[in-house]
Amino acid sequence: MTVCAVSTEVVADRAAVRFDLDGAWQLHPQVSIRSERFGALLYHFGTRRLSFLKSPTLLAVVRGLKSERSARTACAAAGVAAPDMPSYTSALATLAASNVICERSLG
Amino acid sequence: MTALASPSTGVGSLVDQFQFGLDAPICLTWELTYACNLACVHCLSSSGRRDPRKLSTAECRAVIDELERMQVFYVNIGGGEPTVRPDFGELVDYATEHHVGVKFSTNGVKITSEIARRLAASYYVDVQISLDGATADVNDAVRGTGSYATALQAMRNLADAGFTGFKVSVVVTRHNAGQLDEFESVTDSFGAQLRLTRLRPSGRGADVWDELHPAAAQQRDLYDWLLAHGEHVLTGDSFFHLAGYGESLPGLNLCGAGRVVCLIDPVGDVYACPFAIHENFLAGNVRSPGGFQRV
Repeated sequence: MTVCAVSTEVVADRAAVRFDLDGAWQLHPQVSIRSERFGALLYHFGTRRLSFLKSPTLLAVVRGLKSERSARTACAAAGVAAPDMPSYTSALATLAASNVICERSLG
Repeated sequence: MTALASPSTGVGSLVDQFQFGLDAPICLTWELTYACNLACVHCLSSSGRRDPRKLSTAECRAVIDELERMQVFYVNIGGGEPTVRPDFGELVDYATEHHVGVKFSTNGVKITSEIARRLAASYYVDVQISLDGATADVNDAVRGTGSYATALQAMRNLADAGFTGFKVSVVVTRHNAGQLDEFESVTDSFGAQLRLTRLRPSGRGADVWDELHPAAAQQRDLYDWLLAHGEHVLTGDSFFHLAGYGESLPGLNLCGAGRVVCLIDPVGDVYACPFAIHENFLAGNVRSPGGFQRV
């Protein structure tokens, strides 16, 4: 008998805030994404970690990464206002640190 | 888990969100069969004999189709011993082809070198080997003669096949509670990860509860050990009740029944909690109209 172990794979990634906004990014190919009313859940089959996007706008940014030239243009396309950029940059940095998103050249 | 704060939304914490439930479970426990080559004295599902009413291959495929539509990330397959089902490999392949991850729990009986290589080839698959003693005498007293050797051989096969990070799952009992460091070194030697869960008085676990449940002093030692090693060891939140000793242990510290987890048994009955398999908690059956999603 097995039990869901999601709850134990909890590691708060308080990662570096440095993030290349002008780089080309994408969702990691081993990540599945599911919309929820608060935003989305992401599950990484490689690291077996669950991540949590707390806003539909952030979800739109993440979904837009692959088709946009850079993370910055993905934010603009999703309607992120300039004053909100630091918090979105920090969220993207956290996602990059946990390998949920990766640079397109490396994917 | 990576909780991402976004000041523009004002939604609450992760735990607040989970209390409202999700559109679908994150993962799901699925007991494919009650058939088993072993008869562990503490088995939660009193496994041993197969149930003739168990879901057919076609019915299992239909459940997987539904899980794909609902975007359930993965299923935890258990039993019984799921690998003794002749269609087990076929069902694992079917699930992973449909982007439903599979984590299955086994005593290792079918994990040959060849199977290990197949399992290692897919990142959608994770394996959990059950071991209830860090030495053969402690393990085999609970799981049966030869079961330690079987489990160790399976681990060796997985490691040789390049499968890193598989899980070694231990039910903490009075007899193995003093072996936590040994469990960790066995696990480390195969590049695997240790998972500790608590003995539960379900199934045959109720019959042996009095002899096997860890003594109070052992619970205290376990708590101290988890505080020191908790970040590297999985627990499925099994020991959140020990937080009464002081600090919370790593984990969500929340009951996920029916919110983020649920269980499907071999005959297709759905329960909100894998440990309360009783008709009072029966939510429905996947064979009924509307299938699992309706339940």
